[in-house]
Amino acid sequence: MGRAWLLGDGISTDAIMPGRFNLTTDPDALARACLCEARPEFAENVRPGDVIVAGRNFGCGSSREHAPVSIRANGVVAVVAVGFARIFARNAVNIGLPVIRCGEAVAAIADGDEVEVDTRTGTVTSGGRTFAGEPPSALAMRIAEAGGLVELVRGAGWAALEEAPV
Amino acid sequence: MGTLVEEIISNRLGRQVVAGDTVVAPVDCAFAHDVTAPLAIEAFERMGTPLHDPGRVVLVFDHVMPAATVAAAELHVRIRRFAADHAVRNLFAEGICHIIMVERGYARPGGIVVGADSHSTTYGALGCFSTGMGSTDVGVILATGRTWFRVPETLRVEVTGELAAPLTAKDVALHVLGRIGGDGADYMAVEWGGETVERMSLDQRLTLANLSADMGGKAGLCEVDDTTLAGSSPVEGVPIPHPRSPHYADVLHVDLSSLQPQVAMPPAADNVHDIGDVEGTPIDEVYIGSCTNGRLEDMEVVAGYLAGRTVHPNTRTVVVPASRRIYTEALRRGWIETIIEAGALVMNPGCGPCLGRQHGVVAAGERVVSTSNRNYPGRMGSPDAEIYLTSPAVAAATAVAGRITDPRRHN
Repeated sequence: MGRAWLLGDGISTDAIMPGRFNLTTDPDALARACLCEARPEFAENVRPGDVIVAGRNFGCGSSREHAPVSIRANGVVAVVAVGFARIFARNAVNIGLPVIRCGEAVAAIADGDEVEVDTRTGTVTSGGRTFAGEPPSALAMRIAEAGGLVELVRGAGWAALEEAPV
Repeated sequence: MGTLVEEIISNRLGRQVVAGDTVVAPVDCAFAHDVTAPLAIEAFERMGTPLHDPGRVVLVFDHVMPAATVAAAELHVRIRRFAADHAVRNLFAEGICHIIMVERGYARPGGIVVGADSHSTTYGALGCFSTGMGSTDVGVILATGRTWFRVPETLRVEVTGELAAPLTAKDVALHVLGRIGGDGADYMAVEWGGETVERMSLDQRLTLANLSADMGGKAGLCEVDDTTLAGSSPVEGVPIPHPRSPHYADVLHVDLSSLQPQVAMPPAADNVHDIGDVEGTPIDEVYIGSCTNGRLEDMEVVAGYLAGRTVHPNTRTVVVPASRRIYTEALRRGWIETIIEAGALVMNPGCGPCLGRQHGVVAAGERVVSTSNRNYPGRMGSPDAEIYLTSPAVAAATAVAGRITDPRRHN
């Protein structure tokens, strides 16, 4: 169970991790700058287990992977949104940050509400209500179970995906 | 059978694929730049295997080149060390990655290219499948030479009518972006066609494919024709791809007969208006360049307008030719001299101020006209600056007037 950090539509990777802060690969340094444009108080007050709840097209714009890295490094356990930009969603899954599409939950949850996310089923629970989010794809689930894309491919290779297409 | 993107991937895999299929495919060339390469290198190192093929890797210093800070310089050192350790010789510091990939022939008709940058959609203008991914994906490609993707559905954009100066492909792309929105082509391939696109130069088509990324597109493509083949050579061993009995998820018709110069207002590139809605807005900085509009034709438009004119004293104007080849050719033709004499600053080829790290970072309260593709708050510096996206023609007219100006007023 964590708290919801509510964000609007079209939160870009520039807003999550501005260009002037991403000249590093250090997760802790990235974590401190995370969301400094959209929610300047985020990095200081976020707690492990918290959840980002956002509108349409979350993570749009630049492909910079520093954005999901900075969110994960703050201990955020999932991002729930109406929709995700393609590259952001792929980057997040690759590094083990679950992303759940669930418009109903986004509409119902207020900033600071207690939220619980079942990242295997896509179910979001808050204020005694349960919302059926989109479950992750079979491929996303396999990447998550392996601990990330590097871990999946390093372990099983691409052959595993080719033999059992997902 | 299929759309252009289905044909490219089917040809490459030697079997028919359709939208919705998830495939593991070979990657002809993968690249990363000075911001995305370090994380890609870290992912590659965690793979614990040798580089699959150094000849299929391209590394470009363009986002902060030359380094503006110690942190940037240290990233550059890490990339150079990686290249030396793994015999990667395709290392460039002569312009924007997306221009280099085309000029140097790494992106070719019929090929599959992946870049660790969202605007890697650009070379789809050559009839290849090129898409942007993150650093981890590219790190895994460095190790294996392959990646997975879902074959995308296709949005066909059919453009008809005459594209007469000062209108350019930028106006067409911004118009479509305004109509369908920043997620209007999410996860899709945007296939540009119709008589107007057939008549466009390669420079113009590259702008269409570039901005497809800002519609959410996984790819942006143009059909291969004589114009394409005059500027590129196809991948050997696979047929030149063409759409064959394609099934499109959607078709959008764009008629240019009433198109006005387009301006994307803050806070996002899909907030698109006719220029009449914003004419007269005072502007503190004009930036002409980027992977969208830093090509030779763009330099020609800008020099043509600035000849015999002077940029407004309150409007610092930064012009960045996108590559060394463009820069030197523009020099030979006298365009750079014209631009400098008009009072503009000409910076070395690279991404320039587009992403707010150097060469024209903006302050709170300032207003910018930029020919790039992004105007999110904070993109070029302070989150309290306003960024307006336009064509180079509008940007040049704005630089002279100090206010957003329709170039047709002064022709």
